[in-house]
Amino acid sequence: MFEFVRGPLVWIAFIVFVGGVLYRLVSTAILAGKEKTVFPTMDLKYGLRSLMHWIVPFANRNTRMRPIFTVVSFAFHICLLATPMFLMGHAVLWKESWGVSWWSLPPATADVMTLVVVFGCVFFVLRRLTSPEVRNVTTWKDYALVLLVVSPFITGYAAHQQWLDARAMLILHIICGALWLVAIPFTRLSHMIWFAFSRAYMGSEFGAVRNARDW
Amino acid sequence: MADKADREVKDAGLDETTKNLSPERIEAVIRQVLDTRASARLKVYLETCVHCGLCSDACHHYLSRDKDPDFAPVAKVKDTIWEMVKRKGKVDGEFIKNAARIAFIECGACRRCSMYCPFGIDIAQLIMLVRRICSLLGVVPQYLQDTTNSHAATMNQMWVQQDEWIDTLMWQEEEASMEVPKARIPLDKEGADCMYSVIAPEPKILAQLIGNMAVIFKAAGEDWTMPSTDGWDNSNMAMYSGDFEVMGRVERLHWERAMQLRVKKIVMGECGHAFRGAVYDGPKWLGWQGTPIPMVHAVEYYYDIIKSGRIKIREKYKEPVTVQDPCNIVRGRGLHHKLRYIMNEMCEDFRDVEPRFEHNFCCGAGGGIINCGPPWKLARMKSTRVKAEQFARTGAHTIVTPCHNCHSGIEDIIKHYKLGMHISFISEILVQTMELPGDKA
Repeated sequence: MFEFVRGPLVWIAFIVFVGGVLYRLVSTAILAGKEKTVFPTMDLKYGLRSLMHWIVPFANRNTRMRPIFTVVSFAFHICLLATPMFLMGHAVLWKESWGVSWWSLPPATADVMTLVVVFGCVFFVLRRLTSPEVRNVTTWKDYALVLLVVSPFITGYAAHQQWLDARAMLILHIICGALWLVAIPFTRLSHMIWFAFSRAYMGSEFGAVRNARDW
Repeated sequence: MADKADREVKDAGLDETTKNLSPERIEAVIRQVLDTRASARLKVYLETCVHCGLCSDACHHYLSRDKDPDFAPVAKVKDTIWEMVKRKGKVDGEFIKNAARIAFIECGACRRCSMYCPFGIDIAQLIMLVRRICSLLGVVPQYLQDTTNSHAATMNQMWVQQDEWIDTLMWQEEEASMEVPKARIPLDKEGADCMYSVIAPEPKILAQLIGNMAVIFKAAGEDWTMPSTDGWDNSNMAMYSGDFEVMGRVERLHWERAMQLRVKKIVMGECGHAFRGAVYDGPKWLGWQGTPIPMVHAVEYYYDIIKSGRIKIREKYKEPVTVQDPCNIVRGRGLHHKLRYIMNEMCEDFRDVEPRFEHNFCCGAGGGIINCGPPWKLARMKSTRVKAEQFARTGAHTIVTPCHNCHSGIEDIIKHYKLGMHISFISEILVQTMELPGDKA
């Protein structure tokens, strides 16, 4: 079982993830090409200008208006992406499989970052439950997505801490991680891909066409 | 919960038209629009939205109605286009009626929420898509549809006939020449530097604004003209009712008239949505890269002639004054700094609003909402409380509104919230404060 999830399953997950992302990008680009105004509107300078104001915390009015959310959200997203990429345990796997190695996080830091992700998810769920404007547009799928996102972190943390049956936990962790990757191109997690494009499009329309700012 | 009183408003354009809609027709129209028009962007927008609700605080409807979650931008999308997509167009007449109320009355497509959505989702565009679907189904608030019908029949918004049009211009020429000798309104002058373009409410109910412009043009020594025939009105309520065919006809005729007169540019009067229609939505629909010749909004024009010294301010306006940043020339054109320049040049005691510039609140009348008429006036007022509070904080006596929609909308707000303020177009203050030819005392 472990051999399967460690080997073929991870391969499948990565192939589906990369292939899925490419497929979504290409098919959407073709569709966008049919709308005569999408590509001519895109403007590199103003697109990047807008992106910069939205990937830097407090560089736009909305993030300044809600400092707690901003701090939690940015910490969550940074840890969400950085932890799996730079975790020492993962670095070993990269090296074993492909012979590539890069800088990795000290284990204690990685633990804290994992907990930040878990805390972030709890925060998001509580916000969904308590803010009327968010609860109003929330369905079970939104909760399921949070669960999917947090599951590799909880199981990974548990495996690292040797809780319960560590080997079973590791298998569960890999399965959750694989699901997580596969879900990115096909669920709302695809905002990871689309964010840059939709933001840049709005930035182009505001900046290049309408001579205004959008942050 | 959505306002019960608003749900019970009687409007034949929504009530009667939805009675006989067959499910097949609704489905066919929705499928046609979704499949042919908004494909890639719609798909990305609907899929990217993580239902975070961060757009809520952008919306003056939401803020003015004590943060009622049903008025959050994301909720308006959820209750309209999400469901249409999810159910693949299988919705009933009651659903369409509700969606029409949301799209026409509870959102003015002011685009403020696009500046609050971290992903830059164009929520206003999604709402315009709903309006398009409603329009194709014949479900449009009756008053708004009437203005669209007027565009279709007369090529102007208010059923102004050609003889009335010419008569009004001649009358205003007379008025202007009493202020400034030899002030004229040159009709159909081929090869003039600019064509002045107005919207139908000017000849219909605010004719003195055309006279003011004749005075200002004379003082600035402008070589200008106005068309005597159709194509003079570029206000475009069809753009907001979702009847893009009529919108395209209006804009095409307007630009064609300017080209026939061989002018170098069009100066557009103090109106925001007309500017939007002529510069953005019209050309886009017609498949043009941009406008055939430049269009300059009145704010840009006044800025140019004051800055270059073509007109001089004789005595500044004394009363405390504040200003409205109209969505379509601020979020839509970035004219807020030029507007401030004019205000400071023209007025002694200018008090700015907060929030301002691109973050300004819509007047609540724009996007066709005020054109939905008296049945919806109370709903509109309930959605503009933050606007009233914003003005009250300035302590000004006069609100300058360089847009017709803002002008009428804010007039209603002043009365409803008993602000005790006045409203004024820029031109009205400008003609009082500037040096007139022959003024040299």
